[in-house]
Amino acid sequence: MPQRGFPDTAFLNGARMSNLINLTIDGQPVTSPNGTTLLEAARQIGEVIPTICYHEHCTANGLCRLCVVEVEGARVLAPACVTPVAEGQNVKTRSERVLRSRRVILEMLHSTVDLSEAPEIMEFIQEYQAQPDRFPGAEPRSVPFLDDNPMFVRDYSQCVLCWRCVQVCADDAQYAFAINFKGRGYETQIATFFDQPLPATSCVFCGQCIGVCPTGALKPKREWLLEQDLSLDEILQMTQPERKKRRRPD
Amino acid sequence: MPEPDRIVSTTCPYCGVGCNLELHLKDDFVYRVTSPFDAVVNQGNLCVKGRFGYDFIYHPRRITTPLIRKQAQAAGARRQAFDLDEWQPVSWDEALDLVADRLVEIYRRDGPHALAVYCCAKATNEDNYLMQKMFRAVFRTNNVDHCTRLCHAGSVVALQQALGSSAMSNTAAEVIHSDCFIVTGSNTTENHPIISLQMKAAVQKHGARLIVIDPRRLELCDFADLWLPLKPGTNVPLFSAMAHVIINEGLVNQEFIDQRTEGFAEFKESLQKFTPEYAEMVSGVSRDLIVQAARMYATAERGAIYWGMGISQLSHGTASALSLIHLAFLTGHIGRQGTGLNPLRGQNNVQGASDMGAMPYHFPGYMLVDQPGNAERWEAAWNIEAGGLNRKRGLTTTEILSHAHPGGVRALYIMGENPMMSEPNLNRTRQHMQQLEFLVAQDLFINESGAFADVFLPAASWAEKEGTFTNTDRRVQRVRQALSPRGGSRPDWQIICDLAVRIEQRLGVTRSAFWDYQHPDQILSELSSVVPEYAGVKYPRIEKVGLQVPVWDDTHNGTPYLFGESFPRGRGKFHPLDYVPVVEMPDDEYPFILTTGRVLEHWHGGTMTRHSQLNTLYPEARLEINPVDAELMGVVDGQTLRVSSRRGSLVLRASVTNKITAGVVFIPFHFAEAAANLLTIDELDPQAKIPEFKACAVQIHAADEAELVDPQAKLERGRY
Repeated sequence: MPQRGFPDTAFLNGARMSNLINLTIDGQPVTSPNGTTLLEAARQIGEVIPTICYHEHCTANGLCRLCVVEVEGARVLAPACVTPVAEGQNVKTRSERVLRSRRVILEMLHSTVDLSEAPEIMEFIQEYQAQPDRFPGAEPRSVPFLDDNPMFVRDYSQCVLCWRCVQVCADDAQYAFAINFKGRGYETQIATFFDQPLPATSCVFCGQCIGVCPTGALKPKREWLLEQDLSLDEILQMTQPERKKRRRPD
Repeated sequence: MPEPDRIVSTTCPYCGVGCNLELHLKDDFVYRVTSPFDAVVNQGNLCVKGRFGYDFIYHPRRITTPLIRKQAQAAGARRQAFDLDEWQPVSWDEALDLVADRLVEIYRRDGPHALAVYCCAKATNEDNYLMQKMFRAVFRTNNVDHCTRLCHAGSVVALQQALGSSAMSNTAAEVIHSDCFIVTGSNTTENHPIISLQMKAAVQKHGARLIVIDPRRLELCDFADLWLPLKPGTNVPLFSAMAHVIINEGLVNQEFIDQRTEGFAEFKESLQKFTPEYAEMVSGVSRDLIVQAARMYATAERGAIYWGMGISQLSHGTASALSLIHLAFLTGHIGRQGTGLNPLRGQNNVQGASDMGAMPYHFPGYMLVDQPGNAERWEAAWNIEAGGLNRKRGLTTTEILSHAHPGGVRALYIMGENPMMSEPNLNRTRQHMQQLEFLVAQDLFINESGAFADVFLPAASWAEKEGTFTNTDRRVQRVRQALSPRGGSRPDWQIICDLAVRIEQRLGVTRSAFWDYQHPDQILSELSSVVPEYAGVKYPRIEKVGLQVPVWDDTHNGTPYLFGESFPRGRGKFHPLDYVPVVEMPDDEYPFILTTGRVLEHWHGGTMTRHSQLNTLYPEARLEINPVDAELMGVVDGQTLRVSSRRGSLVLRASVTNKITAGVVFIPFHFAEAAANLLTIDELDPQAKIPEFKACAVQIHAADEAELVDPQAKLERGRY
């Protein structure tokens, strides 16, 4: 059967695995099928590598770098979520260099992003003893709160740029391609093309982006209104405009 | 971030895909909906309706007290009452006693044929089973039907004739195993959104080839290898020409034809006339495209066909579906993984309601009412005297209303359906509704049909009751109660049981058919003790993952794809066909063909979605017109138009778009303010009795914006 369109990614889900790879993770021998990532291989021996941007049901892009591990002989740390296993690899998932790197990533995230509704990341901060005030001069990212459609709200000051929403909106699930990155560096943000309001884009309001968002950046509107301490009646009044009375010929 | 009081797993109430939902609740308020990523049906994906479209539960207009009309309605002068001022709130006792009194009065006076019921493809299997049981066991009538008549009746009859079964043959997710598939008469992206995701993945990630055959340039065409833009109602010549090519070029699977089918020689003879040149002339699709499509499908290793209402909703819907079935017979693309004949069922539980016997010719389990032996089985199951059940076929959905006159149907019970939006030629439907002597509506809202009723019984929504739905690929899945029924509303099955007992008392029945169920699982058990296909479907077995019927016994694990070894009727049967044009062809006076359908954000008659936030997102009907036609007619995007057919007329705004081919216009049928079915024609397929929703002739004129029922409602969407 001819493969067309997108590159063949079958090896990522283990569909094409003929030979086995032997490696060592944290001193333990591991045998994994070719194409397995270090993240998955570590899981085989019960080693859970922390992740933020990685999601089992999305394409991994190695963006957040929290999952970095030390591969002997490699110049830089390797993101475990996208690095495939290789024969004879010697991997350390908790070396001092790895821990320091994770700690700094968490400290930098905390200094610029509102993580108040990201309990998993807050747990990592505890676990890695990250210092929330490590970068006192950092400027927290503040972007306008977006309430441009009836279905959900977007608060990108809580966004950690994990890209999961972009992936599910694209070919991970929906093929709607309504959102992507805009800006560079510190100014990077998830946005629609030309910053159009969502209803004017190719968004189909499937809400898959909400389903994979690891923070409070994306929320159903009713959930957000509930947080504002509004009563059920008030919420309904705000979200269900009364239909015009029917005018009918008799 | 709110902490949920509880998270309830259930099944989506909208389309036939049957997505698994998790409702997050706080104080009986659903504030968030998610879906587990390991859900077999939808892998965590949802569409806008499943994710956000549940808030009709809480809508202030929802009826939660039984109502009776203040002013008595007389046959012939029945009027619609949308305002609560015209209704008297009453107790359940009072309402059910009145219903029982009137139904029994009419039954005693005119007999079983004077009563009829619309079951509901939105309600659970258990609700539907009980509703048909009440009318069959107590009132001895087979005037039982539901909206399957209006959507896939043509496909069902064709599949029954050709194979002896009528469900989707394969699992929807199997599409990734096809290497070529045809989507025809189905706007899958909007109507079965999650299946369309699987189709797109099949093309993009698994290298499948896609052929779209449809008068509209649907979003799926962006992913297709071929798009065949046929004129509405020319399926038979187009598919027959593909068959012609497949035979002529020797691309048939002769082994399959010899071993699994019959009638091939005669069929081959009948194809003489269907040359690609002839099909091009009739359908407007170039002969090259027809030949390419035929080759692509026939030479595939695993070819599948998915179709929707564009095939069945024609006055020759049965023939149209048969012409499609022939392609699978010729090539042997059926009975294996990744192949198959797949009518995409519309409603969440249309497959289930049909399985439950909510149809005039069939007891539950597709047992024909007039075939010896079937009635006896149900007489035994329902504790009825021998010979007690009616063995005469009843009236179909469309016939029930056209028989509403003295001597015909006098009383109608509507559970959750809205014929005043979904029937063709609504002006005539209105006259029929007015002729009824007694009308009961059991629903969430007073919709266009319920407004005609004498008694309104407030039902609990899907989130407020227990039960099961059977989705389009035959998977029986649990529906769970997430919150208490609003106000005084009650689950349908409880209303039916309560009413049936009252009716039996009035009739002096000594042998009750049994209505004392404590939980819906007892209802399903009663059904599965008689219907072999459901024999192994038990609540404890489907708590986590639904089973695909047939499930032959308690150890059988269900059936992902059908017809591996044989067809239920033995051999697949070829049917020689002729091309019969649609009833109303365009002419000088009515130059456009109108075709109808749905949009992503709304559901059918709109009883649910138009009482939801979804309506804010998509507040008005639009007429789709091709830029070429628009220029000829001097129509610009957003302009207000009056669209008229020989039967009715409506006013709405235009969307000028390439999504529709020239000569054809499209209106979605969800909007009461511009109800597309005012225009459609009430011509029926002679066998399936399905109306020709997909083609009638209309004319278009400029109109003033003030003529719109609701000029404020304005669609602001950028999507395809």
